[in-house]
Amino acid sequence: MSSRRSRSRQSGVSRITDDQINDLVSKLQQLLPELRERHSDKVSAAKVLQETCNYIRNLHREVDDLSERLSELLATTDTSSAQAAIIRSLLM
Amino acid sequence: MESPLILNPETNSDRSIESRRKKKKLSNPRRSQNQNQMRWNSPAEQQNYSSKLIEALRQVRRNRNPSASLEAPTAAPSSSSNSPSRAESVPRGGRAVREAADRALAIAAKGRTRWSRAILKSRLKLKFKKRRIQRVAAVAGDNPSKRRAVSVIGLNLKEKKRSTGAQVQRKIRVLGRLVPGCRKLSLPNLLEETTDYVAALKMQIRAMTALTNLLSVSSAGASPIDRVGSTQPPTQS
Repeated sequence: MSSRRSRSRQSGVSRITDDQINDLVSKLQQLLPELRERHSDKVSAAKVLQETCNYIRNLHREVDDLSERLSELLATTDTSSAQAAIIRSLLM
Repeated sequence: MESPLILNPETNSDRSIESRRKKKKLSNPRRSQNQNQMRWNSPAEQQNYSSKLIEALRQVRRNRNPSASLEAPTAAPSSSSNSPSRAESVPRGGRAVREAADRALAIAAKGRTRWSRAILKSRLKLKFKKRRIQRVAAVAGDNPSKRRAVSVIGLNLKEKKRSTGAQVQRKIRVLGRLVPGCRKLSLPNLLEETTDYVAALKMQIRAMTALTNLLSVSSAGASPIDRVGSTQPPTQS
């Protein structure tokens, strides 16, 4: 009886199914560079989540490094030639 | 200059907006996801983001040296130090660039995703409340609402408590902290936001790398016109 109640609550309150979550997790797995080749049944959801967290932290760190480099370059670069180069590259 | 570049992404976004309005988000996650993936991987989107980024960086530079003229090359060495009068609104060099890049990325997302809206909201708060600058270490920084987030996530996962152990719940919470604005999100929405956020981050890195290479080449003095399109390292004559 309680299982029936929980099932009806599941369908009424939120239409989230296990399949949908597995589908999303597998899509997430496709984005991760390390787990792309492995099949989803070998990789658990916990592993995918862990790898995702690590991957996002790595991406953040890369963006921070790039920001540092960009800020140094911004301070030292000659404006007019840099602007011309950027505009040219964006147009091409 | 920018109008031909923006035309292409606009038509794509119209189609995606219509398809989203007709069908509910949860019932058709695949279609919107595929469109998101293609969007962040398209070169038009990257160019769009690059131009926004450049404009934002120009503003950062203008804020940094309000007295120095932008055209004088001799002012360049002295511009490395931040002007003290602007210290509260412009944080240290790399941090300012990171925030400008994040803001440009959120704008490029056109506000359709939660993380982009969260980034833009946190910037607004920074402008009006100066004290928060010290507390906001990162975009997905610590929040006093941590306790509330734990209980809400527990409620959303109530029906899945059998399949998701404590470990997975912990990881879900960590993930919610990493993606901006997604702490109290239910699991499928969080996963959807994460896939879009990861794709956007990858594009951000691609664009910033290209821009860094471009600026380093041009500042080295070599003629950048020939090197721009090629991936080969520049050869100094």
